[in-house]
Amino acid sequence: MIRVAHLTVKYGAIAALTDVSFEVRPGSITAVLGANGAGKTTLLRTISSLMTPSQGEIFLGDTALVGQKTEDIARLGVAHVPEGRGVVAEFTVEENLRLGALSSPENSAHAVAAQFERFPVLAQRRKQYAATLSGGERQMLALARALVARPTVLLLDEPSLGLSPMVTADIMTTISTLSREEKLTVVLVEQNAKSALRIADHAVVLHVGTVVADAPAGDVANNDDLKRFYLGLVK
Amino acid sequence: MGGFLASRFMSDLFNGVANGIIFSLIALSLVVVWQSTNVLNFAQGAMATFATYIGMAQVEHGINIWLCMVISVVVGFIFGGLTERVLIRPLYGKPDINPIVVMVGFLGFLQFLAAAIWGNIPRILPSPFSQVFYTSKGHTIFLSPFVVFQILTAVTVMMIVALVFRFTTLGLKLRAAALAPEVARLLGVRVDRLLTFGWMISSAVGSFTAILVAMQNGSALSPSVMGSVFIFGFIAAAVGGLDSPIGAVVGGLLIGLVEQFTLDYWQANMAPVMALVVLIVVLMIRPRGLFTKNTQRRV
Repeated sequence: MIRVAHLTVKYGAIAALTDVSFEVRPGSITAVLGANGAGKTTLLRTISSLMTPSQGEIFLGDTALVGQKTEDIARLGVAHVPEGRGVVAEFTVEENLRLGALSSPENSAHAVAAQFERFPVLAQRRKQYAATLSGGERQMLALARALVARPTVLLLDEPSLGLSPMVTADIMTTISTLSREEKLTVVLVEQNAKSALRIADHAVVLHVGTVVADAPAGDVANNDDLKRFYLGLVK
Repeated sequence: MGGFLASRFMSDLFNGVANGIIFSLIALSLVVVWQSTNVLNFAQGAMATFATYIGMAQVEHGINIWLCMVISVVVGFIFGGLTERVLIRPLYGKPDINPIVVMVGFLGFLQFLAAAIWGNIPRILPSPFSQVFYTSKGHTIFLSPFVVFQILTAVTVMMIVALVFRFTTLGLKLRAAALAPEVARLLGVRVDRLLTFGWMISSAVGSFTAILVAMQNGSALSPSVMGSVFIFGFIAAAVGGLDSPIGAVVGGLLIGLVEQFTLDYWQANMAPVMALVVLIVVLMIRPRGLFTKNTQRRV
């Protein structure tokens, strides 16, 4: 379980997150939704210790994450796919996966082979540079690279960014399947609220750095006020 | 055959390659640091000279020459790590000019310190191999056992660096730490340690180069022995592309050959001028150097 408690994060004098608290149940998908500037990416970056909060705590089970190094958090089983995928464009598909397998508890060659089995399109492109992949293939590679280390928590930042509706639907289905089959805890940051709510169990809605809703995904999807004022889903 | 190998052209070719391989090594050490930390190490030559003094000073105490060379390289290795930890690390995230100013200052500091400790009088270093040119059927071939040793060991060092970077897990981590440090951290790579290690490798290569330079026929160890060599090495790195180890090697050889042929077929004073002309022409055509890839990033 991830527990975020009274988290405040600032860029200089400007607060990006203010007193944010919520919990993520193990094995669930929690969508973090909100408009641009709501603080969604800041939240994920703070969980991974890429940013330091001015106040508050984050726990993975009983382990406090604030103050730990990013690489140590990754070794605790938290995989973070950053905004823009974060694949190394100058590496081949295989090299990207080998990089992800470095903190894998199992033999890295087996771990990489397992991902090629899961994502056959990547197996076909194993020697191809990541820079030459399509947006959807890059997202597949980013997901595969995150999974190769066999994480328990997956933090996904805008996986649908720049993708067509059809590819987005495929990616969301993959995330849902992964969560179910691997019993992965997923925190899914998305601007595409409709797609995210379709697969999420729970939703946290942020507005200018504060939590305005923390409820089951179905409740958020049926709340016209939330959808109108914060998610832009109802005209 | 002996006559052909002793010809003016071949003599220039041998000399050009021998000098060029030295420039390649300096360029390679600059590229390794640039790739890992985006810092141009202007003190590279001075650091290498300092490490060489520490190691080679042991010759005067009767220590075997090979052991002294190993000591110099090990001192360079440690020196590189300390420099990154103490001088460079506090500057990460600061304006790009800061590390440049610090390393230029460090260059002056090390040169004056070396002069204060060991004096300005050049010291002739013993060579592990003869520097007398080979002869064939009465023709002198402008190649000596030492030059052959210089070329072979330089090529070996380059190949080891290239193989480590290309085919090992350590190389994969080093490249990831250089290309995408944040992503590498997110994947559990201990980036800080690798940046230090990059400086250590670079500095060890630099120290090895300084030993070769100081041992060359007509050269000697002095606080400024690497001065002009560093400039040519820097030009080589810029010509090849600061992001490319292969570019460093090719750039070094190109500058070495241009320098040697200009020196012999025109005049010695024009050799550095022509090296700079090559640099200007290359940068006008390919501003990031001959071998730097312009990776197209598709979304």
